[in-house]
Amino acid sequence: MIPRLAVPLRVLSRALSLLAAIGLAAMIATATAARAGSFADAVALFAAGSFSDSADAVSQIETSGNPLALPIVNALHDGRLYADEASKTVVIKQPDGKVINAATGAPAAMPADAGVVRLNNKLRRRIAAALGSLTLLAADPETRIQAARAVYKSHDAAALPLVEAALRKETNAAAKNALGDARAAILLFKPDAAEADKLDAIATIGARGDQEALALLSSIPGNLSPAAAKSAQSAMQAIKSRLALWSMVQDAWYGLSLGSVLLLAAIGLAITFGVMGVINMAHGEMVMIGAYTTFVVQDIIRARYPAMFDYSLLIALPLAFLVAGLIGILIERSVIRFLYGRPLETLLATWGLSLILQQAVRTAFGPNNREVGNPSWMSGAFDLGHISITYNRLWILCFALATFAVLLAVLRFTRFGLEMRAVTQNRRMAAAMGIATSRVDALTFGLGSGIAGIAGVALSQIDNVSPNLGQSYIIDSFMVVVFGGVGNLWGTLVGAFSLGIANKFLEPFAGAVLGKIAILVLIILFIQKRPRGLFALKGRAVEA
Amino acid sequence: MKPFLLTGTLNRSATIFLAIVATAGVLLPALNLLTPDASALHVPTYLVSLFGKYVCYAILALSIDLIWGYCGILSLGHGAFFALGGYAMGMYLMRQIGTRGVYADPVLPDFMVFLNWKSLPWYWHGFDMFWFAALMVVLVPGLLAFCFGWLAFRSRVTGVYFSIITQAMTYALLLAFFRNDFGFGGNNGLTDFKDILGFNVQADGTRAALFAASCVALAASFLICRAVVDSKLGKVLVAIRDAESRTRFLGYRVESYKLFVFTLSACIAGVAGALYVPQVGIINPSEFAPANSIEAVIWVAVGGRGTLIGAALGAVVVNYAKTVFTSGPLAPYWLFLLGALFVLVTLLMPKGLLGTWHAWYGRRKPAPTAGATPSDETEFAGEIAKPHMAE
Repeated sequence: MIPRLAVPLRVLSRALSLLAAIGLAAMIATATAARAGSFADAVALFAAGSFSDSADAVSQIETSGNPLALPIVNALHDGRLYADEASKTVVIKQPDGKVINAATGAPAAMPADAGVVRLNNKLRRRIAAALGSLTLLAADPETRIQAARAVYKSHDAAALPLVEAALRKETNAAAKNALGDARAAILLFKPDAAEADKLDAIATIGARGDQEALALLSSIPGNLSPAAAKSAQSAMQAIKSRLALWSMVQDAWYGLSLGSVLLLAAIGLAITFGVMGVINMAHGEMVMIGAYTTFVVQDIIRARYPAMFDYSLLIALPLAFLVAGLIGILIERSVIRFLYGRPLETLLATWGLSLILQQAVRTAFGPNNREVGNPSWMSGAFDLGHISITYNRLWILCFALATFAVLLAVLRFTRFGLEMRAVTQNRRMAAAMGIATSRVDALTFGLGSGIAGIAGVALSQIDNVSPNLGQSYIIDSFMVVVFGGVGNLWGTLVGAFSLGIANKFLEPFAGAVLGKIAILVLIILFIQKRPRGLFALKGRAVEA
Repeated sequence: MKPFLLTGTLNRSATIFLAIVATAGVLLPALNLLTPDASALHVPTYLVSLFGKYVCYAILALSIDLIWGYCGILSLGHGAFFALGGYAMGMYLMRQIGTRGVYADPVLPDFMVFLNWKSLPWYWHGFDMFWFAALMVVLVPGLLAFCFGWLAFRSRVTGVYFSIITQAMTYALLLAFFRNDFGFGGNNGLTDFKDILGFNVQADGTRAALFAASCVALAASFLICRAVVDSKLGKVLVAIRDAESRTRFLGYRVESYKLFVFTLSACIAGVAGALYVPQVGIINPSEFAPANSIEAVIWVAVGGRGTLIGAALGAVVVNYAKTVFTSGPLAPYWLFLLGALFVLVTLLMPKGLLGTWHAWYGRRKPAPTAGATPSDETEFAGEIAKPHMAE
């Protein structure tokens, strides 16, 4: 019954609003001229001195339609409205210190005996309502929407006529929506509203479906008719289940985002640890070096070519890959090469290297966090349904997947990838086929480190760039690689996203820290069950 | 192979080591308590506590050497057992404060009053008695190691995988102990101790006694470890280290051996932690940091793994260097040095100080040990074999 009625009503109101808009404008024009004297009288009431006179003045000014109405009420609200009882002059002191006559708007001098028009709580409420209604008719649609939201929150019955008037002449769809919600909120709380109106209001509020609507519905006074109460209950139920669904979507998004961060941090490790079998505890420091490369690039751009700031990350990406990759090759040639086949020693030596790199960065850049900015295309957020998605997280997700795809393609389709796989699968045979295995080792390690470097570029956008940046990722990265299965890139992908999502779904129940502990314990137990990870290599390679 | 290598000097070096520990255990407290402050021979109390700290680290290093040097298990989570022992002792010391805390609550430690807790959590009961706390010092790390090891060794989690999950274990404990509602003082840990066994923790006499007790514990741990590695059990452990699969095929229950030695090692680490806490005066979650555990491993590597004495020596040498560096103008360079130590020791001195000394000594006096010196191949055979078999 109600929805069927609603459509013709809306059409009708749109048609009426057009007429009303023309009519109202004409009316205001004539009224302003005719009641110019009465507006001045109303303003003069402020000088009478009593609270009730001031309240009357506010009411008259509110309905006057005079362009000075809003500045006057605003000034009253901010304590900038001065009145002189003797001369009955009322002036506004503008925020910039200038004084104007409240009745005419002409510049004026501050009367000698003028005092601030005093307020009490009743008057303050009146002012709030008046401000709401004055702004509801403002020319700027954004102001109208804001005002409608304010009314929606206060659901002050006094604002109803104005909201309805505004609703009739509103043409902007978003503002109309907001006004409709405001009207519904008022009707819901108005004790003497008609039953049909209340039901209609509940339906409107229920359709909003957000947390605010739920709070509004649950605070309705208890004098509802059984039918309305029932419909309010079901609307609340519907909102709750919808919110629960959205919060799951939100958790899933956070999980994906965390998963992408884990993937970025772990993917280089999947090369060095997974493919080469080298335990690189300095992996986190490669990420850190990538982040600091971004910082240096941005620093130079800020100082020399500020206009290029939006491209800073694109410039930093290849540089970070090169810097981290070269350091990786250097490490491989100078240390790791001598430790092949002794994984525990490799672990200790690379841990030592990580200490040296950290301290080197600390010496060069200082121990504090360095400022890395977001380019404009990475800052901000947009709303998807009831969740807000920030651009930098979205870009990082895309970037992680792109990196993964490129790496997969390099391994699959290039000569270097082929050689790398050959050396991994059977070193001696590869050497016999003419592959320079030690060169492949160095390049593979460089590739893994370089990817860690570009991960650092991405992570610099969401994390603090400090010498300890890498430390916070190293254990997580190892967990991802071990969980996913060593020597399998797809395992790393699945491992990163399942750990990320599991972590975020555990958080609401267990809290952030306990959730993380639970994940660690689960991985430890999981490794007992499948010591070689989710996607274990099968066959002879397993019995190492 | 190691025990045979040292057969000629074994008893002598063990005797020398024990004599040094005993002398230190008697001499330092005596010089602290019996000489006047002005005397050139006087040892200030802070030095006694500092050396007491080194001795505790030496015990921790012994426990790591027992599993890493003799059984090839590299645990990167031994700091967790150390810290658990420390927390058990810390809980006893907290209960001894009684009404002398800031809030003067006779039962609840200050931080619980601060958090508005009404009663003692169940796991804090019994810690007002020393014997119970002392039991827990050994039992809690031992139990954790037993459960963890039982799960890990049974599923044949070995090598670096084991190292990584022990690191995850200590990291998880770090996060857990940082929580206030976990009931161990959260971020601040346990501190502000007053009495141990009725004696003031700050007093010179107590400090000296604690140092002597640490030396006794070091000697006892050394004898226990020595007994283990000298027994037939010890030979099996070395066999597991060098060729795990072969030992298993010969009919030994590799898992049981590993589990025993891992648990024993955790108990020793717990004792080290328990002695450490009253001398340092605080225990907080940072003791669980994975970096601490790895640092302890490097002490063993520097001293010489698989030698026991070397491990204790390495702990004292590295920590002394750390004190010298971090307390002077060279502080920023300590991490460079520590990092370089990790790299250089693994690259150039895989047998550590003591192993290098023995090799040098053995060359000079070839008669007693000639022919028994293991080459690198046998030393690391197990680990080398793995990747090459895989390829």
